[in-house]
Amino acid sequence: MAEVRFIQAINRALHDAMAEDETVFIIGEDIGVAEGPFKATRGLLSTYGPTRVYDAPISEAAIAGVAVGAALTGMRPVAEIMFMDFITLAMDQIVNQAAKARSMFGGQGSVPMVIRAPHGGGLSAGPQHSQCLEAWFAHVPGLKVVCPSNIADAYGLLRSAISDPDPVIVVENKALYAAKGELPEKPAMTPIGKAAIVRSGRDATIVAYGAAVGMSLSAADKLEAKGIDIEVLDLRSIQPWDETAVLESLARTHRLVIAHEAVEAFGVGAEISARMADVGFDELDGPIVRVGAPFAPVPFALSLEQAYRPGPDDIVKAVLRTLE
Amino acid sequence: MNRDAKRLKPLYQQMLLIRRAEERLQKLFADGEVPGFLHLSIGQEAVPAGVSASLIETDTVSSNHRGHGHALAKGLSLSGFFAEVMGRDSGVCRGRGGSMHVADLSIGMLGANGIVGAGLPITTGSALALKIRGKGDIAAVYFGDGALAEGVVHECFNLAALWSLPVLFICENNGWSEFSPVERQLATNLKDLTAAYSIDYATVDGNDVLQVADAAERIIRTMRKQGKPHVLECRTTRVRGHFEGDKQDYRDPDEVAALSARDPIAGAREKLVALGSDAEWFDAQQAAVDAEIEAAVSAARAAAEPALDSILADVYTPSLPTAHTEAS
Repeated sequence: MAEVRFIQAINRALHDAMAEDETVFIIGEDIGVAEGPFKATRGLLSTYGPTRVYDAPISEAAIAGVAVGAALTGMRPVAEIMFMDFITLAMDQIVNQAAKARSMFGGQGSVPMVIRAPHGGGLSAGPQHSQCLEAWFAHVPGLKVVCPSNIADAYGLLRSAISDPDPVIVVENKALYAAKGELPEKPAMTPIGKAAIVRSGRDATIVAYGAAVGMSLSAADKLEAKGIDIEVLDLRSIQPWDETAVLESLARTHRLVIAHEAVEAFGVGAEISARMADVGFDELDGPIVRVGAPFAPVPFALSLEQAYRPGPDDIVKAVLRTLE
Repeated sequence: MNRDAKRLKPLYQQMLLIRRAEERLQKLFADGEVPGFLHLSIGQEAVPAGVSASLIETDTVSSNHRGHGHALAKGLSLSGFFAEVMGRDSGVCRGRGGSMHVADLSIGMLGANGIVGAGLPITTGSALALKIRGKGDIAAVYFGDGALAEGVVHECFNLAALWSLPVLFICENNGWSEFSPVERQLATNLKDLTAAYSIDYATVDGNDVLQVADAAERIIRTMRKQGKPHVLECRTTRVRGHFEGDKQDYRDPDEVAALSARDPIAGAREKLVALGSDAEWFDAQQAAVDAEIEAAVSAARAAAEPALDSILADVYTPSLPTAHTEAS
């Protein structure tokens, strides 16, 4: 075990994947010589050389499209989109090409590509460098979407994504990059599609992913002081999501809160909520309550952004509402 | 046989196959046997016929919405093609792609494409993979002049030149971007654009199959050695509308009437006649091609429609457990 930062776990996953499989290559803006804006790609160019690490011009559509074409030609590209907001420029290649190729070609071939995309606020980065857009991609058949909340999954989900035969969007919360935690000597792969219970409880379930998992654990601590026993489920994978695990937890607690940093309306929480209102209807003893950002662009000013981002207190309020 | 005739005959046969296949589609579409949108490349056959003569199976090709000729010339099977466009399970994409998405990855045909310009980044990425593989293979992409107004096209010119990738950019300039003439679409021209990115450029009469084939052969030979991108602009003619059913009332009737004088197949036939081919030979070619097409159409008609549960079949790849996957 060694204590590492979240970003170092990502870096380690990239190193290990490249060492293990020579078809893996990295492409993105400033990811080679400059080693990435957040240093996720540190040491890759010096270790693997310019035929494995491609510093691309500021051309997100071409970066994504090059990944699609290379994947269709036998490679396993890992592309970095510097901020998730910039992925808007690459939408055609992700949504119309990567996601659909296997199905629309009748099952010929696969598109084994990864797009890493940092999302989330907390850095006063403003409306175009802070968005959480994962729900868009979860809505597109053919794409997989994962979002780690901790060091082990930052490593394990990225390794699984790179090994996966289909296109995977790996969403990383920037505010977690500096977080510290333990990474084993031989870290494990985290299976895509499996949630994890990160805290067991019997009074209510909070389903979260990414940075909202930590917020949910803080909320659970606050609620424990009030004598309320909370279960926290880390979704880890958004598409596919672990419906069985959510339903099983709901069957234990009979109350459900879904928390994410993304805008609440039409979000991941809406889908989970709708499914549980259907298949979990008999288990529910209270309303399903969602916690997410308000329906507004992420504001810049520290004070505004702090008020905008959901936090532990918002989750506490949501739990109290469903317990009313 | 005369050397010129020996070279021209297979090119003529390839063009004829594309032409007759599309004429058959036109009829099937009118009769309601082909659903959806159909974009025909009648008048443009010399481009894929000429280019494909220098491509090998390990080269890759991607294409656009007007892609039947590109796919057939790369070697897509006629039976898989007709079955696909007619929506059958035996189609090359099992009835899930249709006319705008015909593909055969086993022969490097990475797909026609319903999004204008989208084949360029895919081909650029394929060229990167081929360059890494290092066997001298190239990636070719067909696109129309209408694609030149798309931003991603410029990204790809820049990137292919920067990284010296073996991409053959083939522009079929037919002067029409859907319903609009090129003068209303583009403030520049491909030659100047290409110069701006320092990419080697050649232009040919895209309706003269020998000119296309000669240029492609010379360029592809160089590309296999040097691995650099090239642009080949083929000046060609779109005879039919943007799609079948488009009456083309936005076009000057004189322009449309003049198109037959530039017909690539008639032009090649004239040359072959001068080189000694007789009417009997031409009749035999047409009969052979038509028989092949009719067999494909009959097979498609007799083939099953896709099972309804195939809708969900290939959204994702069935994944095999790996040693690293933690027990669930």
